[in-house]
Amino acid sequence: MNIKKSIFIFLLMPLALPSTAQAMHISEGILPTQWALLWYAVAIPFVAWGLRDLRIKSAREPFFKPMVGLIGAAVFVISCMPIPVPMAGSCSHPCGTGMASILIGPAMTVLVSSIALLLQALFLSHGGLTTLGGNIVSMGIVGSLAGWSIFRLTRRLGLPAWGSAFLAGMLSDWATYAATSLELASALHGTGSMPKLLTAIGISFLPTQLPLGIFEGIVTAGVYCFIAARRPSLLECLGVERKRCACELCECEPKTGGVQ
Amino acid sequence: MRNIILAVALVVVITAGATFWLARQPCSWSGVDETVVEKYAEAAGRPARKPYINTDQGDLLLFCFLIAGAAGGFVSGYCFRELFPPKKGDNP
Repeated sequence: MNIKKSIFIFLLMPLALPSTAQAMHISEGILPTQWALLWYAVAIPFVAWGLRDLRIKSAREPFFKPMVGLIGAAVFVISCMPIPVPMAGSCSHPCGTGMASILIGPAMTVLVSSIALLLQALFLSHGGLTTLGGNIVSMGIVGSLAGWSIFRLTRRLGLPAWGSAFLAGMLSDWATYAATSLELASALHGTGSMPKLLTAIGISFLPTQLPLGIFEGIVTAGVYCFIAARRPSLLECLGVERKRCACELCECEPKTGGVQ
Repeated sequence: MRNIILAVALVVVITAGATFWLARQPCSWSGVDETVVEKYAEAAGRPARKPYINTDQGDLLLFCFLIAGAAGGFVSGYCFRELFPPKKGDNP
C-alpha cells in the first residue's frame, strides 16, 4: 500500500466515527406548512431525475453503482459530521455535494443527498421530516448544481483540475448555506424585511462557514487528485475528463461531453 | 505497513493535540443549528419541535451514530475496494 493511499484512507477515517448531531440542517417544525410543502414540490422532480439517471447509467456502466455507493456513503457521513471551527467557537459540517456532483453528476447527487437526509431525519435526530424538502433543496439541489457548474465552467476556462475541484467544493458549501439562509428568511420574516433577515442570517453563518468552505474545497481537491492519480480511467468513464475511454471497468462509448 | 503505522501515529498525535487544545477553549462548541437556525426561528415564533422519532435520549443517539458510522464505513470500504483494487505489488 503506497503512501498516497494510506493518507487518503486516514483522511476518511474520521467519517466512521460517531458524533453528536450539530449542524445546519433545518430542524423539525421550523418551516411553516406551506413553505415545507413548497420545498417538497421543488425537490421531488429533481429526485425523480436522479432515479432516472441511476437507471440509465447503471445499465450502461457496471462500475457506476459501486461509485454511487461510495459517494453516497461519503455524503451521508460527511453531512452529519460536526467540525469545530476555533475562530467561531461553534461547530458545523461540510456537505460533500460539491465532490459528489463532480464525480457522479448533479442528478445522482440530489438522489444520494435525499437518501442521506432522510436517514438522518429518521434515525439521527438531524434535520426533520417536515423540513426534508427544504434540506434537499439547499444541500442536494443547490449544492450539487453549484459544484457541478463551477467545476465545468472553470475547467473550460482552463483552470487545472485540482483548482476547479477546490473552487467547486468551496463554493458549493457556501451556496448550500446561502440557500438555507434564503429558505429561513423567506419563511420566517413575517411582517419584517425579508432581505434584512436574509442578510442577518447569512452574516451569522459566515464565521463558521468561511473556513469550513475552504476546508471542503481542500478535501474535494484532494479526493479528485487521488482518483486522478490512482485510477484516471474512472474520471474518463464518468465523463469528468474528455479522453478516449479504454479502461477495463466499463464498456462505455468515448465521451464527447466532458471537459479537458 | 510502515507507512500505515506512521500515518496512524501522525493522525493520533494531531488529533490528540487538537482535541486537547479545543477542550481548553472557553467555547460551548454548539452547532450552527443552535447558534443560527434555531435562534432566528425562535425569534420568529417558530421554535424547533422534537423529532418524530426522537433518538436524542441518553446514549441512544450515540448508538445510532455508531451504527450509522459503521454502516457508512462498511459500504464505502466495500465500494472503494471494488473501484480501486490493490495493485499487483501491494500486500493483501
